[in-house]
Amino acid sequence: MLTLECPYCGVMADETELSPGYEAHLKRFGPGASPEEFEAYMFARKNPKGVHFERWRHSYGCGKWFLAARCTATLEVFGTYPAQVSEPPADIIAKIQARRPDWQPDWKATK
Amino acid sequence: MSTRLAKGGRLIDRTAAVEISFNGKRMKGYHGDTLASALLANDQMLVGRSFKYHRPRGIVASGPEEPNALVNLGSGARLEPNQRTTMTEVFDGLEASSQNHWPSLEFDVGVVNNYVSRFLPAGFYYKTFIHPRPFWKHVFEPIIRHSAGLGKAPTTGDADRYEQAYAFCDVLVVGAGVAGLLAARAAAQDGARVILLEQAPQLGGRSPVDETTVEGISVEDWLAKAEADLRAMDNVTIRTRTTGAGVYDHGYVLADERVADHTPGDGRPKHRLWRIRAGKIITATGAIERPLSFAGNDLPGVMLAGAVRDFVVNHAVSPGDRTVVVTNNDSAYQTALALKAAGLEVPVILDARDTADGALPEAARAAGIRVLTGRAIAKVKGGKRVTGVAVCAQAGEGAVLEEVSCDAVAMSGGWSPVVHLWSHCGGKLLWDETISAFVPDPARPPLNHDGSAMVSVVGAAAGLLDLPAILEAVASTGISARVETKGRRKEDVTKTVKTSVEIPPIWVMPQGAPITLRSKMWLDYQNDVKVSDVQLAAREGYQSVEHTKRYTTLGMATDQGKLSNINGLGVLADALGQEIPQVGTTTFRPPYTPVTLGALAGESRGEIFQPLRRTPMHESHEQSGAYFEPVGLWRRPYCFPRAGETHEQAVHREVLNTRSNLGLLDASTLGKIIVKGPDAGKFLDMMYTGVMSTLPVGRCRYGLMCNEQGFLSDDGVVARIDEDTWLCHTTSGGADRIHAWMEDWLQCEWWDWQVYTANVTEQYAQVAVVGPNARKLLQVLGGMDVSKEALPFMQWADGTLGGFPVRAYRISFSGELSYEIAVPASHGAAFWEACMEAGKALGAMPYGTECLHIMRAEKGFIMIGDETDGTVIPQDLGLDWAISKKKADFLGKRGQERSFLASPERWKLVGFETLDGSVIPDGSYIVAEGVNGNGQRNTQGRVTSTYYSPTLKRGIAMGLLHHGPQRMGEVVEFNTVSGGTVKARVRDAVFYDKDGEKQNV
Amino acid sequence: MKRYSVFAIAREAVRYHMGWERAWASPEPKPAYDVIIVGAGGHGLATAYYLGKNFGITNVAIIEKGWLGGGNTGRNTTIIRSNYLQDPSAAIYEKSRSLYETLSQDLNYNVMFSPRGVMMLAQTHHEVRGYLRTQHANALQGVATEFITPQRVKELCPILNIDGPRYPVLGALWQARGGTGRHDAVAWGYARACSAMGMHIIQNCEVKGVRSENGAVTGVDTTKGFIGTKKLGMVVAGHSGQLAEMAGFRLPIEAVALQALVSEPIKPCMDVVVMANTVHGYMSQSDKGEMVIGGGTDGFNNYTQRGSFHHIEETLRALVETFPIISRLKMLRQWGGIVDMTGDRSPLISKTPLGNCFINCGWGTGGFKAIPGSGWAMAELMAKGEPGPLAAEFNMWRFKEGRFIDESVAAGVAH
Repeated sequence: MLTLECPYCGVMADETELSPGYEAHLKRFGPGASPEEFEAYMFARKNPKGVHFERWRHSYGCGKWFLAARCTATLEVFGTYPAQVSEPPADIIAKIQARRPDWQPDWKATK
Repeated sequence: MSTRLAKGGRLIDRTAAVEISFNGKRMKGYHGDTLASALLANDQMLVGRSFKYHRPRGIVASGPEEPNALVNLGSGARLEPNQRTTMTEVFDGLEASSQNHWPSLEFDVGVVNNYVSRFLPAGFYYKTFIHPRPFWKHVFEPIIRHSAGLGKAPTTGDADRYEQAYAFCDVLVVGAGVAGLLAARAAAQDGARVILLEQAPQLGGRSPVDETTVEGISVEDWLAKAEADLRAMDNVTIRTRTTGAGVYDHGYVLADERVADHTPGDGRPKHRLWRIRAGKIITATGAIERPLSFAGNDLPGVMLAGAVRDFVVNHAVSPGDRTVVVTNNDSAYQTALALKAAGLEVPVILDARDTADGALPEAARAAGIRVLTGRAIAKVKGGKRVTGVAVCAQAGEGAVLEEVSCDAVAMSGGWSPVVHLWSHCGGKLLWDETISAFVPDPARPPLNHDGSAMVSVVGAAAGLLDLPAILEAVASTGISARVETKGRRKEDVTKTVKTSVEIPPIWVMPQGAPITLRSKMWLDYQNDVKVSDVQLAAREGYQSVEHTKRYTTLGMATDQGKLSNINGLGVLADALGQEIPQVGTTTFRPPYTPVTLGALAGESRGEIFQPLRRTPMHESHEQSGAYFEPVGLWRRPYCFPRAGETHEQAVHREVLNTRSNLGLLDASTLGKIIVKGPDAGKFLDMMYTGVMSTLPVGRCRYGLMCNEQGFLSDDGVVARIDEDTWLCHTTSGGADRIHAWMEDWLQCEWWDWQVYTANVTEQYAQVAVVGPNARKLLQVLGGMDVSKEALPFMQWADGTLGGFPVRAYRISFSGELSYEIAVPASHGAAFWEACMEAGKALGAMPYGTECLHIMRAEKGFIMIGDETDGTVIPQDLGLDWAISKKKADFLGKRGQERSFLASPERWKLVGFETLDGSVIPDGSYIVAEGVNGNGQRNTQGRVTSTYYSPTLKRGIAMGLLHHGPQRMGEVVEFNTVSGGTVKARVRDAVFYDKDGEKQNV
Repeated sequence: MKRYSVFAIAREAVRYHMGWERAWASPEPKPAYDVIIVGAGGHGLATAYYLGKNFGITNVAIIEKGWLGGGNTGRNTTIIRSNYLQDPSAAIYEKSRSLYETLSQDLNYNVMFSPRGVMMLAQTHHEVRGYLRTQHANALQGVATEFITPQRVKELCPILNIDGPRYPVLGALWQARGGTGRHDAVAWGYARACSAMGMHIIQNCEVKGVRSENGAVTGVDTTKGFIGTKKLGMVVAGHSGQLAEMAGFRLPIEAVALQALVSEPIKPCMDVVVMANTVHGYMSQSDKGEMVIGGGTDGFNNYTQRGSFHHIEETLRALVETFPIISRLKMLRQWGGIVDMTGDRSPLISKTPLGNCFINCGWGTGGFKAIPGSGWAMAELMAKGEPGPLAAEFNMWRFKEGRFIDESVAAGVAH
């Protein structure tokens, strides 16, 4: 029974107020994408045992989608942040590394 | 014999007698008794039969760990099987009956299993009943099922109700013994909001029985003060009769409050299920005493020493006149002293240890009790109850040194901390060699959402088995009881306090017992698992503790191994020649004690099983005698049968009347989503396969929505309201899903687009006015021009009708002249009545969903959920016209380009008419020649909608067919479940009014 | 292998069962094998068994991180049925069901397959149409199912409330030859038979890496050292993604928690398996007398074997409404398993980007019933290097083509 802080409302929301939306930061591939790109966009999932970035919607609250960094092995939540970013913000990365010093992002930061 | 003592009994009220019955026998008890203590007071030592061998079973414990004394409590709609007598408070008129025997408790035919028990070792059923094959299902299994099963199956629903409640606190303390009370007080004094749960009706835990003083004052006074202190604080809530059942992630705790178990039928809910979110959980759940494994340790009259003490002190009940005490630790001496103090005989204390010179053993000796060290029980004598014990040396193989007659045995194999709640959510354990038990490892607690320790443990549950250690732990700063509610750290700063209690590992008694004795030593009383069974499992290679548990069923009884697990583990470790920590322990799963299913279901029963969504006209439909069908959480009229009509006849009448006169449909459930903003047109062009941005204001357009896979997911008519506003109609079941889908894309993908959406489905009631007289009805109502010229097909207009503010859409899902009239929801019921009233002269009748389905099928219109099933693309349905070729992108476009979806070999929509006019069976497939690689008949299509058309007086159907549109006129065969086929000709899917003349008026 | 029988029991009883041999050996690993199967759950053990039985391949190691049968094989609700809609699903589940019929005799180990019948309730008109479609599909697939009336439903399961005010029962899809089995016994029976063929079951041995050269696997690094192999089969439900990553490819899979629970045991009152998909719950009664109840999955990635409690509550609301007599029974134990869900909720029995590496995973919530058929098909794939007809459609490339095997269309869920 998770609780996640909605970054819009600021409330600690019970899982029953939320709708899950699986992996965050997927890049959409539309017309013109190769079969491999499209397949990866639709199906290939990181599904990590450990630090994971995922989508949640505060369905029975403010209705906003937000993103969470969470450990799938312990269910610890490192932080939540608004959905309008293409990669996790630096403060979230710092929070993760504070508790998982060995963890490294598997993407290259754009900034 | 067991009996009520003349004096004492701290929990019973001798002035309040109650009458109970057990197996029809009337018995007397007192208010404050448990059913177990009342049975013992009436010399009812035999209370049940074991699961496998049907051996006689007596009360062994005094708490929730009781494995034997389970009864059918109550009867009829209040029958509760497997009720623990040790947790059942008596009330006047209580009825109970014993379980798992036939024909009677005293004479049970099933006991034959006991006499052949040698042929029924652990796992015997895996090795036999293999041949002949049909015998398992038809002969062996039914016998096994009937001999197992314990309690009686209820035959009716539940007369009681249950309640569910939420609670929130900073600190939740589970268990109100001395440690729990101290922890609650410390947390409350720190300002935390505290909830304290206690499974018993009163606070104090074991302390009133086991202690005389606490912190220098009498235990009674100390408890009274502790309770008073807590009750005086506003930030403390105490709930008794409430078991902390399960700990779940992020501080979620499930607790079961037995509100009215002891006052059945008084109108209160039977249980209240608490869902608690706690910042921090402190478990003060104590410890459970372990039995000792000696031959005959399962006979009625062999009890845990602590339980004997409880019954004597709490209920003034003696289990026997002469009680032999057998132990491997000091605590059982208290039982001997308590019995002695009550004037009862303790012929001998058998202590398996070589020396026993602590304060309690010395006190026992001083009281004149004979104490023998290094001794064990070779065998308990007796049949349905204890008559004596044979004494042997613990170090030997069981040679009998003497026999002692007695009518009860009080045993103590040490104490196991209750670590269940600590472990439910991943807290790890350490093996404590001092007390031979698992204790919580403070370095590896279950984690909260922020990575802090979610649970800490105090008192005996932490392995502190003596009061001085518990008090010392509390006194030392930083003890777990003193909780930081803010800025919690991962590890509690706990000063290491050691218990002075030592419990040596004595797993088998005597240690060299031969197989003849080991096959009479019970580990799991209820499931009949013996020491020899665990050893057999180890020999056969079931070496993981989980294998052993599952192979022997050790610990899988209703006590979930509370008494048996550690002893079983000790035996297994010895058999494997390993240390216990290497062998490990099984996982602790919630709940700690079983929770009534009704409490978990709460009040969601019958009409309010799920929320019910009603349209504004719902009541009117009920009054009209509508037959409803569930559509999501809505209930929609399926048809409106009249007196003497079948549903089918009603539907046919509704179709014919709508086609010839006038039909009215409550279309309020139709999804309505407002999409507004400067980028709304661009957004809708992505959501729909067609173009919505170019739709002129005042016009309507049919649209299709696909998911990213390309599969058709919803359809509906879109109306352009003004320059930057569109109203999107969705299917009745689809409104919430589609609205969420839109928000998903707006918030997570195109967050820079300026678009606002609102789901206004319930803000409007909508009535479809359908049929040749549709316009006449609106004209009778009057108020706006609804002529062909003023409101052409696929346009909408705002205005008034009959004085109601309306938005009229000229759209049709039936092929008839049709308007859908939206009014504010608050006007819905009145507007519906107005239409019905004004329509009387025009032949108006309400119609339901089935009529709607038939009329749309007659016209060849698709229905989401019928023609689509999540694997169908618009192209399959011949809806290419609704897919823009010009747009660079829309949701699903790339998905539809994948090879399997773009293939010319797909099944495509066509109509079918049977050669004989019959109706093609629903769900039927179109067969093709031959079979596939797996021997399955090949198919080339299937029916998607099939109805009897009352209009055409024949069967009509739509379906998907391989290369369908190219095969017009061909005859294909649909399978029937009886093995035959139905022949049908492929044709155009529009069966009625192909040219659309009926709606174009 | 000494045969099990009533005579063997009698013989052993005389000597207090001191003469039973080990059900399976626990050898140390050899340096290399012809085939390594990772995962000694039901599917992995069945794969090994049919490699030996059908193809004579016995130089096989089955490597298990924990104890054999300790994953989802030992934590499911033991339902066996094959009334699936889509041809590939119906084929493999029916193969599996038919193998279950004789599995006790094949393995000389009583797996207690009990064809007591499975019914899937239809509680909306939409669901009725879905099951009528399945019934017609099953008729052509050689799967015996029948759509039955509410009255027949009540006869078969008298404790069912067919007249609930919200979702009255409109009928049911009935598979008389479906039923239940004893889950642990399936794993143990296969393990014993594999061990008897000389295969090595290596427990408490975790794979830490997959070594490959030139697009082919050469072996696995484990906590017991490197073990070489000519062919590798990955059969590790719940941890497939982890293992695939070691081999350098990614799967269309999410790992989520699925929960189940049992009540305290009561005397027999329910002789069939009932699934009520509209209200989300299913239930049967075990031979011990416990009501065995299955719940739903969480919607988030989770490796903890713990689910969210509100799913249990939802399931029990549904079942107390459907079976009013269970209201006063008690939940004895609840637990969770990690299931892997693919993009179309159907499994993978597939070749992989590595030439001699094969994968079997993605059984989602329905793996137990598939064990024999899955092992049969996987063994054929591994032995021949190419899938037979049972496995052909379950390849991992179907997602790229959009060639789904989607069972959710049948108004049912895949338990």
